[in-house]
Amino acid sequence: MKILVCITHVPDTTSKIQFTADNTKFDTTGVQFIIGPYDDYALARAVELRDQTGGKLTVINVGEAETEPTLRKALAIGADEAIRVNSNPKDSFFVAKQIAHYAKEGNYDLILMGRESIDFNGGMVHGMVGELLNMPSFSPVMKLEIEGNVVKMAREIEGGKELVEASLPLIAGCQEPIAEWKIPNMRGIMSARTKPLTVVEVVADETQAAVTGYQLPPAKGSVKLIDKDNVEELVKLLKNEAKVL
Amino acid sequence: MSILVYIEHSEGKVKKTSLEAVAFAKALTSQTGEGDVVAVALGSISDDELAAVGGAGAAKVLHAADSRLDAGVIQAHASAVAQAFQKEGSKTLVLAKSSLGDAVAARLAIKLEAGLVSNVVELPKTDGDYMVKRSIYTGKAFAETKVTTENKILAVKKNAIDLKLTDAKAQVESLEVSLADSDFASKITSTERATGEVLLPEADIVVSGGRGLKGPENWGMLEEMAKTLGAATGCSKPVSDIGWRPHHEHVGQTGVKVAPSLYIAVGISGAIQHLAGVNSSKCIVVINKDPEAPFFKAADYGIVGDAFDIIPKLTKALKAEL
Repeated sequence: MKILVCITHVPDTTSKIQFTADNTKFDTTGVQFIIGPYDDYALARAVELRDQTGGKLTVINVGEAETEPTLRKALAIGADEAIRVNSNPKDSFFVAKQIAHYAKEGNYDLILMGRESIDFNGGMVHGMVGELLNMPSFSPVMKLEIEGNVVKMAREIEGGKELVEASLPLIAGCQEPIAEWKIPNMRGIMSARTKPLTVVEVVADETQAAVTGYQLPPAKGSVKLIDKDNVEELVKLLKNEAKVL
Repeated sequence: MSILVYIEHSEGKVKKTSLEAVAFAKALTSQTGEGDVVAVALGSISDDELAAVGGAGAAKVLHAADSRLDAGVIQAHASAVAQAFQKEGSKTLVLAKSSLGDAVAARLAIKLEAGLVSNVVELPKTDGDYMVKRSIYTGKAFAETKVTTENKILAVKKNAIDLKLTDAKAQVESLEVSLADSDFASKITSTERATGEVLLPEADIVVSGGRGLKGPENWGMLEEMAKTLGAATGCSKPVSDIGWRPHHEHVGQTGVKVAPSLYIAVGISGAIQHLAGVNSSKCIVVINKDPEAPFFKAADYGIVGDAFDIIPKLTKALKAEL
């Protein structure tokens, strides 16, 4: 089986979010970049499936040269090869077009990615790629088993989940608890250095909804502390001051 | 011309978040002059319930009653909504962000060649460039997004608009859609959903517990407070990881992101990953015995003390007041 996992290169979840250049650029000062946490779940499940069924696991990222350490980490976790589409990811549509093109070229049976990137949170690329390739797409998928040509999935819905069956090829946006995150071991890290990482060019330079500027939310005022023996005071404040009851 | 709104329903009722999307579209039409708001509903639901969508601002509801659409089959829903969009000659589609809505919207963006913006937090600016403000970095920032396509899709975040319902009724029309077998290539074999409870992603009040509650057997007092408030219950990641509570109650960066009017956190220290899931709440109350818990910095109101002492007293005070 040929599996493609799409990887985002995003700020660590503990990063302080700040902007520079008159609020038009993300400030990378002191920020550590990681594999998107949801993509990490997708990758972990893909490694398990590849190990069970054999075949090849490719990871792809749309990004400039600074994303290569993130792709190398995916190789260390267990991917066999990596593709980097050499461009800043301009919007969801742009990214979906790149992935759809290279996915079609590679003729994959299964395409996995995170349910959303944790920077822009759009959660749209899997569905767009699905429509572009005329393949079914599912998200957020919290369980995925393959039995022959049938894929059995659990998709999270508000307040629960639904069980879905579909056939390969398909696309899934993943989230926990689809698999446990995998931490690269020393052998993985060593072998990642020599696994192929191919840089390819942009195929369709079109955007539909690109970001032009950023804002931070207004600073939060300080907390009003209420004595633990006077909880009635809290109820009054919630009712009369915050007006949320 | 009209703005089309894809509305979802569950247990015979149109979802409140979908009514918010209708109200959002109504406010948008008065800004852009796009005519009426037309809602589209798929699958079995009563005409009376659909007519009531008029109360949120829809002039008309198109109803494709095909029972195969009762289940949220993503491809089939996308195909049906695309047909409604074309039939209406709309240029803008509005929907509420949800598990199904997001999945359907992404496919529609390609089908309709429409620029799609998700997590929309307020009405777009439409005089000049079409600029949409959306929430990014899991609520830690906002982005101004310029939509350059003629067709547009806006997936609206909860609480992007104040919903005020009237008694107005929408005209309900049946919608014929042609669906291929391939639209139903995937099968939903079963659905497990908490019924009769307030669903966490849509709740106006959320009461969450963390490891400070010491064990799953202590959730009863939180549930009682939640019931008093008509609230949903949530939990921190460690609590769902150790299995005290189900995964769909995990609030945070990699769990459910909530945007209630009131969020009450009990025995949760407030790791940055948890805050990312709650920072769109209007008002946050933190109850923790550790005065140094980082959550107090993100809270509007706080009580330092033992949850086992405070929660029963607070529930009693709430019962007296509500």
